[in-house]
Amino acid sequence: MKPAPFAYKKVRSLDEAIALLGENPDARLLAGGQSLMATLNMRLSAPGLLIDINGLSGLDGIAHQNGSIEIGALARHVQAERSATIAKHAPLIARAMPFIGHPAIRNRGTLGGSIAFADPAAELPACLLALDGEVDAHGPKGKRTIKAGDYFKGLYETALGPQEILTAIRLPAADANTRIGFSELARRHGDYAIVGLAASARADGKGLKDVRLAYFGVANTPLRAGKSEAALARGDVDGAVAALDLDPHDDIQATGAVKKHLAGVLLRRVAAQLMEQRL
Amino acid sequence: MSDMSMDIDIALTVNGERIVERVEARKSLVDFVRDDLGLTGSHVGCEHGVCGACTMRVDGVIVRGCLMLAAQCDGAVVETIEGLSDSGELADLQAAFEQRNALQCGFCTPGMLTAAQDLLNRDGVPSREEIREHISGNFCRCTGFHAIVDAVESVAKARHGAKP
Repeated sequence: MKPAPFAYKKVRSLDEAIALLGENPDARLLAGGQSLMATLNMRLSAPGLLIDINGLSGLDGIAHQNGSIEIGALARHVQAERSATIAKHAPLIARAMPFIGHPAIRNRGTLGGSIAFADPAAELPACLLALDGEVDAHGPKGKRTIKAGDYFKGLYETALGPQEILTAIRLPAADANTRIGFSELARRHGDYAIVGLAASARADGKGLKDVRLAYFGVANTPLRAGKSEAALARGDVDGAVAALDLDPHDDIQATGAVKKHLAGVLLRRVAAQLMEQRL
Repeated sequence: MSDMSMDIDIALTVNGERIVERVEARKSLVDFVRDDLGLTGSHVGCEHGVCGACTMRVDGVIVRGCLMLAAQCDGAVVETIEGLSDSGELADLQAAFEQRNALQCGFCTPGMLTAAQDLLNRDGVPSREEIREHISGNFCRCTGFHAIVDAVESVAKARHGAKP
């Protein structure tokens, strides 16, 4: 299908984009467009105006500073995939990157776009939650920072206000005690996951602490499995699987029961990754 | 709304030719090259980024022609299968596809060639697994993919042998 008609404006500054969002309540921001364009083509979305932010400068950096990795919202997936900084200091992102779409998609799609769109079956929102990261948002009142735990509100719904623009993603830099795990099950490589799991933990002697398990594809938002985190920190993998308190809905790919079973399969795989790792 | 138009003026290079056009804001890049420029080698399949039939190059990297607006291509260098074919860049890959029967209906072939060439432009000979992964975003409903992987692998080896 073809999109419904819309106007298009390529902006040159954040302020211009923020002002346009204020003047045009039915406007959408266009970053990489790899999700938005599909929804437009299928007429799941019909905004009156697309505000193209691809021309904004200074929003595509990847930097290691003050113990954090800061990723500009307009950094494209391919940049993160090839970044030595990401590989060394944000290994969960590096691990997840090849699962995101296909090369032609990763050449265009942006990390900020993925977090802003907040598809519940997408990899990066779950990674942000697993890493206890945060995002910067710019709006009419200036900049604010939102923790991952406060950011995902519902299906494609985030804490971003109608005039706010996500400008950066910040993750704690990995160190020698950082452990990460990632796995997903999809019908075809690069498709949205049926179920996926992003995880982080701290090595604690021979065990783990601060375990964070963020599932995707099982709910309206990426979802932590708190009881399983506690069991895994005790080294009890069977207990962690038994404690999975997910209640996934049936969808086009699988029934809720199948998804729940697969979530347990992924938990065992990711637990093995967390326990075996020597960064 | 003076400069927020439903129609956008763009100037770009397509297959080496300078193009200046006015396009509807909502027109995708693939519809633009097909309908406005008559370059029908890029195919329109799913129109939501899944099938890969519209794969083309923009500023040197492969993209989905259905997931970019023509309006976004002001100043861009676009290469479609016609340009890649006419320049001879793909000649060995095209010959390998023909020899190995790596196509039947041909609908996926332009996108498949463009995606495969992207992989072949990287260093080294990719494994069959890497070839499969790289073309996982391009659907072929006829061949079962084996012949395509064979063709891409043979070209990778031949090109690598020719450039020690």
